[in-house]
Amino acid sequence: MEEQYPSEYGPKWSDQRAERMLGALVCAVVGLLLALIVTVFVRAWPSFSHNGLAWFGAGGSVEEQLNQIYLSGLSGAHYVYTFHAWQLIWSTLLITGGAVLLALVSALFVSVFIVEFAPVWMRDILQPVVRFLASVPSVIYGLLGVLVIVPFIGNHLVSEPQKASVAGVISLSGYSLLAGVLILTVMIAPLMVSIFCDGLRSVRPGWLEGSLALGVNRWRTTWKIAVRSARPAIVAGTVLAVARAIGEAVMLGMVSGSVAFAPNPADGLIFIYEPSRPLAPTIVKNIDSLGSAPSNATLFAIAAVLLLSAAFFSFAGWVARRAMSKYGATA
Amino acid sequence: MGAPVATPPESRPPTVAPPKQPTEAVEGSATWQLSDRIGLAICWALGLLFCAIAVAIVVYLLIQGLTYLKPSMLVTPATAGFSQSQTGGFSDALIGTLIVGTMGIAIALPVGVGIAIWLVEYGRPAGLARITELTIEAIAGIPSIVLALFGTVIFSSTALGFLSRTTEGIVFGRSFFAAATMLSLVALPLVVASTREGLNAIPQHVREASYAVGKTRIATVRRILLPTARPQVATGAMLGLGRIIGDTAIIVVLLGATQNFAPVGSTFPLNYLRGAGTTLTNFVYEASPTGNLNQPQKAYAAAFVLLLMVLALNAAVDVVHRRARKVGTWSS
Repeated sequence: MEEQYPSEYGPKWSDQRAERMLGALVCAVVGLLLALIVTVFVRAWPSFSHNGLAWFGAGGSVEEQLNQIYLSGLSGAHYVYTFHAWQLIWSTLLITGGAVLLALVSALFVSVFIVEFAPVWMRDILQPVVRFLASVPSVIYGLLGVLVIVPFIGNHLVSEPQKASVAGVISLSGYSLLAGVLILTVMIAPLMVSIFCDGLRSVRPGWLEGSLALGVNRWRTTWKIAVRSARPAIVAGTVLAVARAIGEAVMLGMVSGSVAFAPNPADGLIFIYEPSRPLAPTIVKNIDSLGSAPSNATLFAIAAVLLLSAAFFSFAGWVARRAMSKYGATA
Repeated sequence: MGAPVATPPESRPPTVAPPKQPTEAVEGSATWQLSDRIGLAICWALGLLFCAIAVAIVVYLLIQGLTYLKPSMLVTPATAGFSQSQTGGFSDALIGTLIVGTMGIAIALPVGVGIAIWLVEYGRPAGLARITELTIEAIAGIPSIVLALFGTVIFSSTALGFLSRTTEGIVFGRSFFAAATMLSLVALPLVVASTREGLNAIPQHVREASYAVGKTRIATVRRILLPTARPQVATGAMLGLGRIIGDTAIIVVLLGATQNFAPVGSTFPLNYLRGAGTTLTNFVYEASPTGNLNQPQKAYAAAFVLLLMVLALNAAVDVVHRRARKVGTWSS
C-alpha cells in the first residue's frame, strides 16, 4: 500500500477544504445570476418609471421614439424616455406563438413516431437528424432564411395585387411573419422532440401493457396512455422552447423584416406576409446606441422584459419537471 | 413439490420479454380505424419532413459552399473592397471562432464540472443545492442577447478596463475576454447537466467501496468518479462548444463590429485577446444581405465551414456515446 494521501490530495486537498471551495464556486455563480438580474432591472428602471404601464402599450412609431431617445442622450440637455413597445411585443407574441404552436404539434407527432412507431432504421436516422437540427447555429438558419425562404415568399407566395393593396402602408418583400414563424419552428421543434422523447420513454411499461391487454390498439394506447402520462415532459419541453423562441435575436432580426410594425390580423390572411420586429432583435439592431444614456435604459428595459418572461418560462419548466419526477419519470 | 416451483420459470420467458418487441411483431396498422391510420401517416410525413429539412440544409450549403469556398479564403483576412473578389477571405473569423471556443470552454468546463460535483457529491445545505439547480436552469433560459447586454456593463467598468481597449478613460468593453466569459455562461448549463447525469449514473456502492479503503470524498471524486464519468463530461463539453461557436448575439455585442483582429498593446497572445475581433457567426451575420457587408457568396462559404464544425462536433458526440456504451457502465 502506497502512501494513504498522495501529496497532491494531502492537506491541500482535504475534504472540508474542497467542499468549501466548491461551495464558494457555486455561490459565485448564484451571485453572478443575482447580479445580472439586479443590474438589468436597475439599468432599466428609468425607462419603466418614465413610461409606467404605457411602456407596454401602443402609440406612435417605435423607430421614431428610439431615434428621439438616442438623440436626446447625445444632446444631453433633457433626456427623452417616451417609449411604447406594443409593436415589438405584438410581433414577439405572434412569431413566438405561431412557431410554438406549429412546433408543438409536429414535435408531438415526431416524438411519438420515434418512440413507438418508427421502424428501427427510421429511428436511427431520425434521432441524429433531430440532434443535428437542434445544433445548427441560428445565424445559418437566418442566412438560409434570407437567401432562400424570404425570396421565395416574396416572389411566389405574395401576389402583386396583394402587394399593391397595402403599398401605402408597408411594402411586402418577403421579409415576413411567415418566414420568421417557419424557421423558428424548425429551430425549436427539435428541442421539444428530445424532451418529449425522454418523457414518453419513461412511461411505465405496465400501464401501456395494461391498455394493450384490454385490446386497445397501439395508436390509441400511445395517445391515451403514453402521451397523457408524459404530459409534464410535454409542458416542460414546450416552455423551454418558448423561452428559447422569445430570446431568439439574430435569426429573427434577419428574416422578420426588422421594421417596427404591428401586423394586423384584421387585414385578412395577408398579415402573415407583413414584416415586423420582435423585442430581442430590436436590441441587436440598436446596440450601437448603448452609449446614449436614455437609449441604454430603453434597451435594458427590453432586456428586462425578455429576462422576466424567459425566467418565468424556465421556472415553469422546472416546476413541471419536478412534478414529473413524482410519477417516477426521470427526464 | 419441485414441479410447481419449476413450472413458472418455464412459462415465464415469453411474457417477460421486453414489452415493445412482441407488440411490434404482432400488430400492424392494417386493423386500425381510418383515423388512427391517418394519424400514423402524419407521423411518417412529419418524420420524413424533418429528414428532408436536414438533408436540404446540408446539401444546399454543401453545394453553395463548394461553389464559393476557395482555400485561399481560409488563410486571407477580410479586407475592404468593392466587389466580392477584392474583399479577401475570413481567416480572422475562423481563428476567432477557435479562440472563442477554446476560451469559453476553458472557463465553462472547470466551473461546470465543479458545480456538478458539488451538487451530486456534497449538496449541503439542501436549500443552497435547490437554489443552485434553479440558477443553472435560469442561466440556460436567459436569452443570449440579455447576457450580452450584461456583459457590456461588466466589461465597460473601469475595474475591468485592462481586458479591453481604453480610450480617454472610456472603456471599450469589446474583447475576446469579454465575449468568451459571457459565452461560457451559455455552455455552462450543458456541462453541468451532462456531468451530473454521468455522476448520478454511478451507483452508490462504488463510492462506498472507495470510502471503505479510507479515501476522502474529494479523492474519490478525482480518482474514481470523474474518470468514470469522463464520457458524459466530454459530451457536455462538446455540446457546450457547439453552442459557443454557434452563438451570434454575444459576439456581435461584445466582440466588435470589425472583420479583423484589432490587437491592443504588444504582449503577444494577450494583445489579440484584449482586442476586438470576429468569428464565423459574426462574419456570416455581417456578410448576409441584411448585414453591413452584403457578400452572400462569402456568407455561404463561411456558413459552410461553420456547418462542418457543427457536424464534426455532432459526430464526436456520437462516437463518445458509442464508445461509452461499448465499454459498459457500472449500472449494466
